[in-house]
Amino acid sequence: MKTPFLRWILAATTVASLSLGAAHAQVDTSKSTVTAISKQMNVPVDGTFKKFTAQLNFDPAKPAAGSAKLTIDTASYDLGDESYNAQVRGKDWFDAAQYPNATFVSSAIAPAGGNQFKVSGTLTIKGKSENVTVPVTVAQQGSTQSFDGALPIKRSQFDIGTGEWKDTSVVADEVVIKFHIVANKK
Amino acid sequence: MIVAGFYLGWIMTDIPGFTPTKLKYFSWHKWIGVTVFALAVIRLAWRLTHRAPEMPLGMAPLQKLAAEAAHVMLYALMLVIPISGYLYSSAAGIQVVYLGIVPLPTLIGPDTALKAMLRIVHIWLNYTLLALVTVHVLAALKHHFVDRDGLLARMIPFLK
Repeated sequence: MKTPFLRWILAATTVASLSLGAAHAQVDTSKSTVTAISKQMNVPVDGTFKKFTAQLNFDPAKPAAGSAKLTIDTASYDLGDESYNAQVRGKDWFDAAQYPNATFVSSAIAPAGGNQFKVSGTLTIKGKSENVTVPVTVAQQGSTQSFDGALPIKRSQFDIGTGEWKDTSVVADEVVIKFHIVANKK
Repeated sequence: MIVAGFYLGWIMTDIPGFTPTKLKYFSWHKWIGVTVFALAVIRLAWRLTHRAPEMPLGMAPLQKLAAEAAHVMLYALMLVIPISGYLYSSAAGIQVVYLGIVPLPTLIGPDTALKAMLRIVHIWLNYTLLALVTVHVLAALKHHFVDRDGLLARMIPFLK
Protein backbone atom coordinates (compact mmCIF):
# COMPACT_ATOMS: atom_id res chain seq x y z
CA MET A 1 0.00 0.00 0.00
CA LYS A 2 2.52 2.52 -1.19
CA THR A 3 0.21 5.45 -1.15
CA PRO A 4 0.69 9.13 -0.48
CA PHE A 5 -1.43 8.51 2.63
CA LEU A 6 1.23 6.34 4.24
CA ARG A 7 3.89 8.81 3.36
CA TRP A 8 1.75 11.52 4.89
CA ILE A 9 1.42 9.56 8.13
CA LEU A 10 5.14 8.96 8.20
CA ALA A 11 5.85 12.64 7.64
CA ALA A 12 3.29 13.63 10.25
CA THR A 13 4.74 11.37 12.92
CA THR A 14 8.23 12.59 12.13
CA VAL A 15 7.15 16.18 12.48
CA ALA A 16 5.21 15.36 15.62
CA SER A 17 8.16 13.65 17.28
CA LEU A 18 10.43 16.49 16.25
CA SER A 19 8.13 19.12 17.67
CA LEU A 20 7.70 17.01 20.81
CA GLY A 21 11.46 16.87 21.11
CA ALA A 22 11.64 20.61 20.69
CA ALA A 23 9.20 21.09 23.54
CA HIS A 24 11.53 19.21 25.83
CA ALA A 25 13.86 21.57 27.59
CA GLN A 26 17.53 20.69 27.81
CA VAL A 27 18.42 20.40 31.48
CA ASP A 28 21.78 21.88 32.38
CA THR A 29 22.96 19.51 35.13
CA SER A 30 26.09 21.57 35.74
CA LYS A 31 23.94 24.44 36.93
CA SER A 32 21.28 22.32 38.61
CA THR A 33 21.45 20.94 42.12
CA VAL A 34 19.54 18.35 44.10
CA THR A 35 20.21 18.46 47.83
CA ALA A 36 18.88 16.46 50.74
CA ILE A 37 19.06 18.16 54.14
CA SER A 38 18.81 15.96 57.20
CA LYS A 39 19.04 16.92 60.85
CA GLN A 40 21.46 15.15 63.16
CA MET A 41 20.84 16.08 66.79
CA ASN A 42 19.15 19.18 65.34
CA VAL A 43 22.21 20.07 63.29
CA PRO A 44 21.25 20.60 59.65
CA VAL A 45 23.47 18.49 57.41
CA ASP A 46 23.49 19.10 53.66
CA GLY A 47 24.35 16.48 51.12
CA THR A 48 24.18 16.86 47.37
CA PHE A 49 23.46 14.31 44.69
CA LYS A 50 26.33 14.70 42.26
CA LYS A 51 24.66 12.67 39.51
CA PHE A 52 21.13 12.92 38.26
CA THR A 53 19.23 13.36 35.04
CA ALA A 54 16.02 15.27 34.42
CA GLN A 55 13.55 15.43 31.58
CA LEU A 56 11.36 18.48 31.65
CA ASN A 57 8.64 19.69 29.41
CA PHE A 58 7.02 22.79 30.73
CA ASP A 59 5.27 25.80 29.33
CA PRO A 60 4.01 28.23 32.02
CA ALA A 61 1.10 29.07 29.72
CA LYS A 62 0.03 25.42 29.60
CA PRO A 63 1.10 23.94 32.94
CA ALA A 64 -1.29 20.99 32.76
CA ALA A 65 0.46 19.78 29.61
CA GLY A 66 3.84 19.80 31.31
CA SER A 67 5.74 16.90 32.72
CA ALA A 68 8.85 16.25 34.74
CA LYS A 69 10.97 13.20 35.42
CA LEU A 70 13.98 13.11 37.66
CA THR A 71 16.32 10.18 38.07
CA ILE A 72 18.83 10.47 40.88
CA ASP A 73 21.92 8.33 41.34
CA THR A 74 21.71 7.45 45.04
CA ALA A 75 25.38 6.41 45.16
CA SER A 76 26.36 9.96 44.26
CA TYR A 77 25.13 11.44 47.56
CA ASP A 78 27.97 13.52 48.92
CA LEU A 79 28.11 14.66 52.55
CA GLY A 80 31.60 16.07 52.14
CA ASP A 81 33.34 13.13 53.82
CA GLU A 82 34.06 9.84 52.05
CA SER A 83 33.58 7.70 55.16
CA TYR A 84 30.10 9.18 55.63
CA ASN A 85 29.33 8.78 51.92
CA ALA A 86 30.29 5.11 52.06
CA GLN A 87 27.99 4.71 55.05
CA VAL A 88 24.93 6.24 53.35
CA ARG A 89 25.46 4.11 50.25
CA GLY A 90 25.16 1.06 52.49
CA LYS A 91 22.20 -1.19 53.23
CA ASP A 92 20.89 0.81 56.22
CA TRP A 93 20.51 3.94 54.11
CA PHE A 94 20.17 4.12 50.32
CA ASP A 95 21.35 0.56 49.64
CA ALA A 96 22.71 1.96 46.39
CA ALA A 97 23.87 -1.46 45.15
CA GLN A 98 20.30 -2.76 45.24
CA TYR A 99 18.50 0.51 44.46
CA PRO A 100 20.83 2.63 42.34
CA ASN A 101 18.17 5.18 41.42
CA ALA A 102 15.60 7.32 43.13
CA THR A 103 12.99 8.78 40.80
CA PHE A 104 10.30 11.38 40.66
CA VAL A 105 7.72 11.15 37.88
CA SER A 106 5.11 13.87 37.66
CA SER A 107 1.47 13.04 37.11
CA ALA A 108 -0.09 16.51 37.20
CA ILE A 109 0.97 20.13 37.26
CA ALA A 110 -1.41 22.80 38.47
CA PRO A 111 -0.94 26.57 38.65
CA ALA A 112 -0.76 27.96 42.18
CA GLY A 113 -0.72 31.67 41.42
CA GLY A 114 1.99 33.81 39.87
CA ASN A 115 5.09 31.80 39.07
CA GLN A 116 4.13 29.08 41.54
CA PHE A 117 3.02 25.65 40.46
CA LYS A 118 2.04 22.52 42.30
CA VAL A 119 3.67 19.46 40.87
CA SER A 120 2.18 16.13 41.89
CA GLY A 121 3.77 12.82 41.18
CA THR A 122 5.33 9.66 42.44
CA LEU A 123 8.53 9.70 44.43
CA THR A 124 10.33 6.39 44.55
CA ILE A 125 13.28 5.83 46.86
CA LYS A 126 14.72 2.45 47.81
CA GLY A 127 11.90 0.71 45.97
CA LYS A 128 9.19 2.47 48.01
CA SER A 129 6.80 4.82 46.24
CA GLU A 130 4.82 7.69 47.69
CA ASN A 131 2.53 10.21 46.05
CA VAL A 132 3.79 13.69 46.75
CA THR A 133 2.96 17.25 45.77
CA VAL A 134 5.72 19.79 45.70
CA PRO A 135 5.37 23.55 45.26
CA VAL A 136 7.69 24.76 42.53
CA THR A 137 8.73 28.29 41.66
CA VAL A 138 9.44 28.82 38.00
CA ALA A 139 11.61 31.63 36.73
CA GLN A 140 12.10 32.42 33.09
CA GLN A 141 15.07 34.35 31.78
CA GLY A 142 15.34 34.48 28.02
CA SER A 143 15.47 30.89 26.87
CA THR A 144 16.52 29.67 30.33
CA GLN A 145 14.00 28.30 32.78
CA SER A 146 14.74 27.53 36.39
CA PHE A 147 12.67 25.43 38.75
CA ASP A 148 13.09 25.72 42.50
CA GLY A 149 11.39 23.78 45.22
CA ALA A 150 11.69 21.97 48.50
CA LEU A 151 9.92 18.80 49.49
CA PRO A 152 9.90 17.57 53.09
CA ILE A 153 9.66 13.79 53.31
CA LYS A 154 9.77 11.25 56.10
CA ARG A 155 12.79 9.02 55.69
CA SER A 156 11.06 6.21 57.59
CA GLN A 157 8.46 5.92 54.80
CA PHE A 158 11.25 4.94 52.44
CA ASP A 159 13.19 2.74 54.88
CA ILE A 160 16.07 5.19 54.78
CA GLY A 161 18.01 4.58 57.96
CA THR A 162 17.16 1.12 59.26
CA GLY A 163 18.45 -0.85 62.23
CA GLU A 164 20.01 1.35 64.89
CA TRP A 165 19.36 4.41 62.70
CA LYS A 166 15.59 4.08 63.11
CA ASP A 167 16.06 6.18 66.22
CA THR A 168 14.81 9.57 65.02
CA SER A 169 16.21 11.37 68.07
CA VAL A 170 19.64 11.24 66.45
CA VAL A 171 18.77 11.63 62.78
CA ALA A 172 15.36 13.29 62.44
CA ASP A 173 12.65 11.56 60.44
CA GLU A 174 12.04 14.64 58.33
CA VAL A 175 14.43 15.20 55.47
CA VAL A 176 14.04 18.09 53.05
CA ILE A 177 14.81 17.49 49.40
CA LYS A 178 15.72 20.77 47.74
CA PHE A 179 16.20 21.21 44.04
CA HIS A 180 17.25 23.90 41.65
CA ILE A 181 16.87 22.77 38.05
CA VAL A 182 18.08 24.93 35.20
CA ALA A 183 16.90 24.14 31.69
CA ASN A 184 17.51 25.71 28.32
CA LYS A 185 14.76 25.66 25.75
CA LYS A 186 15.89 24.24 22.47
CA MET B 1 33.66 19.47 82.54
CA ILE B 2 36.99 19.70 80.74
CA VAL B 3 37.72 16.14 81.84
CA ALA B 4 34.34 14.98 80.47
CA GLY B 5 34.95 16.77 77.16
CA PHE B 6 38.42 15.30 76.91
CA TYR B 7 37.21 11.81 77.72
CA LEU B 8 34.35 11.98 75.19
CA GLY B 9 36.76 13.25 72.55
CA TRP B 10 39.07 10.39 73.36
CA ILE B 11 36.48 7.61 73.06
CA MET B 12 34.25 9.01 70.32
CA THR B 13 37.09 9.12 67.81
CA ASP B 14 37.80 5.45 68.53
CA ILE B 15 34.29 4.38 67.50
CA PRO B 16 34.73 2.91 64.03
CA GLY B 17 32.53 4.08 61.14
CA PHE B 18 29.43 6.00 61.83
CA THR B 19 26.92 5.09 64.53
CA PRO B 20 24.12 6.91 66.41
CA THR B 21 26.21 6.71 69.58
CA LYS B 22 29.10 8.39 67.81
CA LEU B 23 26.85 11.22 66.57
CA LYS B 24 25.50 11.73 70.09
CA TYR B 25 28.99 11.81 71.58
CA PHE B 26 30.14 14.30 68.95
CA SER B 27 27.22 16.60 69.77
CA TRP B 28 27.75 16.32 73.53
CA HIS B 29 31.47 16.91 73.07
CA LYS B 30 30.74 20.11 71.13
CA TRP B 31 28.21 21.34 73.70
CA ILE B 32 30.76 20.76 76.46
CA GLY B 33 33.38 22.63 74.42
CA VAL B 34 31.09 25.63 73.98
CA THR B 35 30.29 25.62 77.71
CA VAL B 36 33.96 25.36 78.68
CA PHE B 37 34.76 28.27 76.38
CA ALA B 38 32.02 30.46 77.87
CA LEU B 39 33.09 29.63 81.43
CA ALA B 40 36.76 30.19 80.57
CA VAL B 41 35.92 33.66 79.22
CA ILE B 42 34.11 34.50 82.47
CA ARG B 43 37.00 33.08 84.51
CA LEU B 44 39.53 35.06 82.54
CA ALA B 45 37.51 38.27 82.88
CA TRP B 46 37.50 37.68 86.64
CA ARG B 47 41.22 36.99 86.70
CA LEU B 48 41.99 40.16 84.76
CA THR B 49 39.90 42.37 87.03
CA HIS B 50 40.95 40.74 90.32
CA ARG B 51 44.42 40.22 91.69
CA ALA B 52 45.44 36.61 92.08
CA PRO B 53 46.70 35.68 95.55
CA GLU B 54 50.44 36.00 96.05
CA MET B 55 52.60 32.97 95.50
CA PRO B 56 53.88 31.31 98.69
CA LEU B 57 57.00 32.77 100.26
CA GLY B 58 60.14 30.81 99.76
CA MET B 59 59.47 29.92 96.12
CA ALA B 60 62.52 30.32 93.91
CA PRO B 61 62.16 33.02 91.22
CA LEU B 62 62.50 30.41 88.50
CA GLN B 63 59.73 28.35 90.07
CA LYS B 64 57.51 31.42 90.23
CA LEU B 65 58.18 32.11 86.58
CA ALA B 66 57.38 28.50 85.67
CA ALA B 67 54.15 28.61 87.67
CA GLU B 68 53.17 31.89 86.04
CA ALA B 69 53.89 30.51 82.55
CA ALA B 70 51.97 27.31 83.23
CA HIS B 71 48.93 29.27 84.42
CA VAL B 72 48.98 31.52 81.35
CA MET B 73 49.18 28.42 79.17
CA LEU B 74 46.29 26.75 80.98
CA TYR B 75 44.08 29.78 80.45
CA ALA B 76 45.15 30.06 76.81
CA LEU B 77 44.36 26.38 76.16
CA MET B 78 40.94 26.65 77.84
CA LEU B 79 40.10 29.23 75.18
CA VAL B 80 42.06 27.98 72.17
CA ILE B 81 41.06 24.31 72.39
CA PRO B 82 37.31 24.98 72.09
CA ILE B 83 38.01 27.50 69.31
CA SER B 84 40.11 25.01 67.35
CA GLY B 85 37.40 22.36 67.77
CA TYR B 86 34.71 24.79 66.73
CA LEU B 87 36.62 25.80 63.60
CA TYR B 88 37.32 22.13 62.86
CA SER B 89 33.58 21.47 62.93
CA SER B 90 32.96 24.47 60.67
CA ALA B 91 35.64 23.34 58.22
CA ALA B 92 33.99 19.91 58.17
CA GLY B 93 30.78 21.68 57.10
CA ILE B 94 28.96 20.81 60.31
CA GLN B 95 27.29 23.57 62.26
CA VAL B 96 27.29 23.52 66.05
CA VAL B 97 23.79 23.69 67.54
CA TYR B 98 24.28 24.31 71.26
CA LEU B 99 22.30 21.78 73.32
CA GLY B 100 20.45 20.98 70.11
CA ILE B 101 18.57 24.27 70.51
CA VAL B 102 20.76 27.26 69.71
CA PRO B 103 22.32 27.25 66.23
CA LEU B 104 25.73 28.91 66.41
CA PRO B 105 27.25 30.57 63.35
CA THR B 106 29.70 28.64 61.19
CA LEU B 107 32.76 30.85 61.14
CA ILE B 108 34.44 29.32 58.13
CA GLY B 109 33.15 27.42 55.11
CA PRO B 110 33.79 23.74 54.40
CA ASP B 111 37.46 23.24 53.56
CA THR B 112 39.05 19.79 53.35
CA ALA B 113 42.67 20.94 53.72
CA LEU B 114 41.88 23.23 56.64
CA LYS B 115 39.79 20.50 58.24
CA ALA B 116 42.73 18.06 58.23
CA MET B 117 45.01 20.76 59.65
CA LEU B 118 42.58 21.81 62.39
CA ARG B 119 42.06 18.19 63.37
CA ILE B 120 45.78 17.82 64.11
CA VAL B 121 45.89 21.20 65.87
CA HIS B 122 42.89 20.29 68.05
CA ILE B 123 44.41 16.93 68.99
CA TRP B 124 47.86 18.28 69.83
CA LEU B 125 46.53 21.21 71.83
CA ASN B 126 44.68 18.62 73.88
CA TYR B 127 47.81 16.54 74.44
CA THR B 128 49.52 19.74 75.56
CA LEU B 129 46.65 20.41 77.95
CA LEU B 130 46.87 16.86 79.30
CA ALA B 131 50.61 17.32 79.93
CA LEU B 132 50.10 20.72 81.58
CA VAL B 133 47.29 19.49 83.80
CA THR B 134 49.51 16.59 84.88
CA VAL B 135 52.33 18.99 85.73
CA HIS B 136 49.85 21.30 87.51
CA VAL B 137 48.54 18.44 89.66
CA LEU B 138 52.03 17.12 90.44
CA ALA B 139 53.19 20.63 91.35
CA ALA B 140 50.19 21.15 93.62
CA LEU B 141 50.88 17.81 95.33
CA LYS B 142 54.53 18.78 95.78
CA HIS B 143 53.46 22.05 97.42
CA HIS B 144 51.18 20.10 99.72
CA PHE B 145 53.29 17.13 100.69
CA VAL B 146 56.87 18.33 100.18
CA ASP B 147 56.84 22.09 100.75
CA ARG B 148 53.84 21.94 103.12
CA ASP B 149 53.09 25.58 102.32
CA GLY B 150 49.30 25.32 102.35
CA LEU B 151 48.95 26.15 98.66
CA LEU B 152 46.65 23.26 97.84
CA ALA B 153 44.34 24.19 100.71
CA ARG B 154 44.00 27.60 99.08
CA MET B 155 42.65 25.99 95.91
CA ILE B 156 40.46 23.46 97.70
CA PRO B 157 38.75 25.32 100.57
CA PHE B 158 37.79 22.41 102.80
CA LEU B 159 41.12 20.66 102.76
CA LYS B 160 42.49 22.31 105.92
